[in-house]
Amino acid sequence: MPVDVARMTKVFERPKSLTEARYTYCPGCHHGIITRIIGQTIDELGIAERTVGIAPVGCSVFAYLWYRCDAVQVAHGRASAVATGIKRAKPELIVFSYQGDGDFASIGTAESLHAANRGENITVIFVNNQIYGMTGGEMAPTTLVHQKTTTTPDGRDPATCGYPIRFSEIIATLDAPVYVTRQALYDTRRIQDCTKAVRKAFQNQVDGKGYSLVEILSTCPTNWRMSPTKSNEHVANVVTQVFPLGDLVDRG
Amino acid sequence: MAERQLLRGNEVIAEAALRAGCQCYFAYPITPQAELLEHMARNMPRMGRTFIQAESEVAAINMVYGAASAGVRTMTSSSSPGISLKMEGISYLAGSNLPAVIVNVVRGGPGLGNIAPSQCDYFQATKGGGHGDYHMIVLAPSTVPEAAGLTMLAFDLADLYRTPVMILTDGLLGQMLEPVELPDPIDPTSLPPKPWATTGAAGRDPNIILSFDLGPENLKRMNEALQAKYREIRAREIRYEETDVADADLVIAAYGSTARIAKSVLRMARAEGLKVGLFRPITVWPFPYDALRAVADHVSTVLTVEMSAGQMWEDVRLAVAERAATPFYGEMGGVVPTPRSILNEVRKHAR
Repeated sequence: MPVDVARMTKVFERPKSLTEARYTYCPGCHHGIITRIIGQTIDELGIAERTVGIAPVGCSVFAYLWYRCDAVQVAHGRASAVATGIKRAKPELIVFSYQGDGDFASIGTAESLHAANRGENITVIFVNNQIYGMTGGEMAPTTLVHQKTTTTPDGRDPATCGYPIRFSEIIATLDAPVYVTRQALYDTRRIQDCTKAVRKAFQNQVDGKGYSLVEILSTCPTNWRMSPTKSNEHVANVVTQVFPLGDLVDRG
Repeated sequence: MAERQLLRGNEVIAEAALRAGCQCYFAYPITPQAELLEHMARNMPRMGRTFIQAESEVAAINMVYGAASAGVRTMTSSSSPGISLKMEGISYLAGSNLPAVIVNVVRGGPGLGNIAPSQCDYFQATKGGGHGDYHMIVLAPSTVPEAAGLTMLAFDLADLYRTPVMILTDGLLGQMLEPVELPDPIDPTSLPPKPWATTGAAGRDPNIILSFDLGPENLKRMNEALQAKYREIRAREIRYEETDVADADLVIAAYGSTARIAKSVLRMARAEGLKVGLFRPITVWPFPYDALRAVADHVSTVLTVEMSAGQMWEDVRLAVAERAATPFYGEMGGVVPTPRSILNEVRKHAR
């Protein structure tokens, strides 16, 4: 029997705030889910016409392609400083930065920390997959102890490389941030929680409350050399032991 | 043009920037430009504008990048070591076609150097400094009043060409008090709109600011567009000043503070019967090659005087192209040439 499309009810669709450009992400990587969550949030809050997204350097360097809103592509690590400049110039804009762990917690350490400390009224999405994906799987500041990467071929040795940095916990020590949380996406329950967190982080900005940070534990099946399913299990069973999920600050 | 005040170069640049409609200013403290930062800190908040003392020069230039993206007039200032830190951001501003003003109150280098006046950042300012095929327009004031005018001009040129513009000055001019008539403030609402800015995609397609394209052919086109812009700037924006050049046998080529000192040498030399003139580039990028070459055609000597080991000297020799002798006199490390020491050099080379 032929399907009558006209009589069907659409129950799921691409957020209007996302373009139809194809993702450049590898299969099984969580960047796509996060992009969708942000697009959906922009739709729900009705802020697409006043949102400016900031694309970093790393796997998400093309982030400006996927949102149907204004965007600025910036230097590695500087997204929080650029966000500061945009937001202070035009406070009516909704400004979010999208940054990986190398970008946010290594090369951008100073910019990330001080934007948070000033309590800039911005929303930061910090994607932590414990590896440098774009450049070929090198050690990230968040790489787990003994985790093998192309620059820690025998595993991360704390004696020479230190320990995975819990940057959100550092930011949570500051007085200014309104909302700091760590989320994950390894099952539907976490995806729902993460969606709520992202929405709250944007809503805080809309309400003029101040700095919000959502760290999201993500996967890198390609450079972890794991299947997508195994990668999700790894986040659930191993990564969350080092990076516990939940709200660190909620002054909203 | 009513107010005549005694002001320091740094304060004048700051005040002129405010009058040019600088809406957002970001900087990190460094000597000898601290008065500029402090003037902004005192005045911008009460004017309803944005002042941020950034965590670093790297952060400051990236805040400028953000404010410029959002379409407002914006500036940062620093001195030599801090400007080195801004070079990454300046390259991105140039690559993304963003207008911004950067002030370099140059001090002795390299490394930490010292806090005394110098012109040792000429190469960095005019030949790139950051990565990639780019230029800034570089304006070099010679007096405090000229610093006011060139600061106003810097914002206009930045907007007109969507490019970073540097005001290249030094600790001498920055710290010097001079009577100055400050220009009238512009009406910010009179400025041309910036339809390319990221101000929210309401009723239009999204605007994207970037300096990036993975495809070599596309990036080549972006580079060609930049170079076309630089050709236009070279054709239209070269500025220089000639003093007593018409009958001169020897012309001093100098810019900024050094040109001001050299100017006082002209009288001393003429009193001794030496026919000496001064050629002063006001834009050191684009450099006035053709104008200097025309001068070189009717003098025997073009003596370059700089507070460096001979950085502008390279451009002078390119311009003169062996039409005249091109000796050099320079001081380094924060030592300022005196009129007497320049006169001695003139005597060596003048007929």
